[in-house]
Amino acid sequence: MKDDSYVTSDGRTIGGVLMDLRRITLRFGGVEAIKDISFDIREGEIRAIIGPNGAGKSSMLNVISGFYVPQEGEVWFRGARRPPMKPFQVARQGIARTFQNIALFEGMTVLDNVMTGRLTQMKASMLSEAIWWGKAQREELANRERVERVIDFLEIQHIRKTPVGRLPYGLKKRVELARALAAQPRLLLLDEPMAGMNVEEKEDMSRFILDVNDEFGTTIALIEHDMGVVMDLSDRVVVMDYGRKIGDGTPHEVRNNQEVIDAYLGVAHD
Amino acid sequence: MPDQVLFAIEVTLNGLMAGVLYALVALGFVLIFKASGIFNYAQGVMALFAALTLVGIMDGQVPFAHLINVVFGTNVHHFGWTVPALLAIALTMVVMVGFAWAVNRLVLRHLVNQVPIILFMATIGLAYFLEGLGDMMWGADIKKLDVGLPQGINGWIDSTTFDAFGYGFFIDNLDIVATLIAAILVTGLVLFSQYTKQGRALRAVADDHQAALSVGISLSFIWVLVWSIAGFVALVAGIMWGAKSGVQFSLSLIALKALPVLMLGGFTSIPGAIVGGLIIGMGEKLFEFLVGAPYLGGATEIWFAYVLALVFLVFRPQGLFGEKIIERV
Ligand SMILES: Nc1ncnc2c1ncn2[C@@H]1O[C@H](COP(=O)(O)OP(=O)(O)O)[C@@H](O)[C@H]1O
Ligand SMILES: [Mg+2]
Repeated sequence: MKDDSYVTSDGRTIGGVLMDLRRITLRFGGVEAIKDISFDIREGEIRAIIGPNGAGKSSMLNVISGFYVPQEGEVWFRGARRPPMKPFQVARQGIARTFQNIALFEGMTVLDNVMTGRLTQMKASMLSEAIWWGKAQREELANRERVERVIDFLEIQHIRKTPVGRLPYGLKKRVELARALAAQPRLLLLDEPMAGMNVEEKEDMSRFILDVNDEFGTTIALIEHDMGVVMDLSDRVVVMDYGRKIGDGTPHEVRNNQEVIDAYLGVAHD
Repeated sequence: MPDQVLFAIEVTLNGLMAGVLYALVALGFVLIFKASGIFNYAQGVMALFAALTLVGIMDGQVPFAHLINVVFGTNVHHFGWTVPALLAIALTMVVMVGFAWAVNRLVLRHLVNQVPIILFMATIGLAYFLEGLGDMMWGADIKKLDVGLPQGINGWIDSTTFDAFGYGFFIDNLDIVATLIAAILVTGLVLFSQYTKQGRALRAVADDHQAALSVGISLSFIWVLVWSIAGFVALVAGIMWGAKSGVQFSLSLIALKALPVLMLGGFTSIPGAIVGGLIIGMGEKLFEFLVGAPYLGGATEIWFAYVLALVFLVFRPQGLFGEKIIERV
């Protein structure tokens, strides 16, 4: 593989291709949610997928995370073609995600929720947990350290013992991000992390996303409905409309793409 | 103290201990319901099947003896050995794990995303299948189960209470042991679910399937695990019940008493299953003693639990500890 890594204007290194989607087509009955789309995600970058409602953005994320299985096309991850996998297997490969409609463990505390993010990293088997308690305890401590770091990082220390069900929407979104981050993912998928937030919350979330990418070096693919937010955040943007890819490039390139402008003007009423 | 009060106390204690068994069966229901939303009608039969298998293994019975003899024209019934209780319990547990695996692999896997009533019907089918299988494997006769649990009246309690009140309480040793074992079992389950990796995964699955998948939890593994734990709880219940009244097919009927226990305790609450079991066990004995026998001609234990649960349902449908269900409209 040729090394075409480069350094961004703000000093981050973008490496080779981490995830490569090749000619993906996804159908629900007669509906083609994704039509023959190809694009890649490179190591260390923030990659945005934008487009109007119903464009197929979430479907795309679900294909990457294994929740949907495309009828056609190939998914390549870390240089190898990925066989069909269950979502839990994809997660164990180091791909963590959040959901558009938040999927948290409502009955557990914030801390417990974030701890579940560590499950993919925990090696101790059930038997060794029962017999060799010490090893499991040490592992638990190491996990706790990472979890506390993430909790500090996302500024949710004050609610660590609060049951998630009682939190307001904006904080839930943040806890969900924390859980995904706890897994130390190679690739982090965020489905509309800022949807339904007020301006201040949106700014906080943007800052967190940038900091995560910067401090942990995490590769991020995120979906955003709002073109404006994406422009400041992402290195490269894929634009989808009615299941098709209509643009792909830097924010600057995409913004000046006529088809993209038309698509967005066409939905200006929503 | 007046005799009537002493009798009532004794009845209450005995009722509490009967309640322990109801609680154990109910616990099995709750575990599976929480993790997968399946109301497992077969939980009681699982207790019966576990007890049958345990006795069969201990006695060195040849499984499917009737079938084997018919097909091959042989006449085998016993291997001619006996198996020590602890080893037999371990082997029975292996069978129950195998059963858990088979249920998931052969039945539930094909029913994901079906509505709850379909899953419920499947477990009814499972219950009768398992009852038939138990019959076929081990025969339908009543069997004595003796794993070495202490039997008889506890002499110390008898004499101590006699010295204190002039009336000795009759408390069965077996009941005391059963209560202790149940307490240990429940404590163990709570520790497991709170402090181990698999326990955390189990709680995660009980809470949200999608989220559980996204953090790398295999649902089918957790379901096999939870059915295995339910199988273990069933085995413990089966041993106690079997030691008390022999292993017989009426056990699966008695186990249905877990239903009113669940209505009382809530379908998703482990403490609810325990407290519900104790209340029902105590309530039905006390009611029989105070009201049933003197005024109603007795035998109120058959229906009391169900009526109590019904009354309870009207006033608190989510049960004692169940979460309140608010339908959004
Ligand atoms: N599970 C599903 N079953 C049927 N249709 C679906 C499903 N998920 C998405 N779709 C359809 O696919 C199209 C794209 O949806 P989606 O990916 O959610 O769009 P976006 O996230 O861009 O708003 C829509 O027409 C939607 O109705
Ligand atoms: Mg979407």
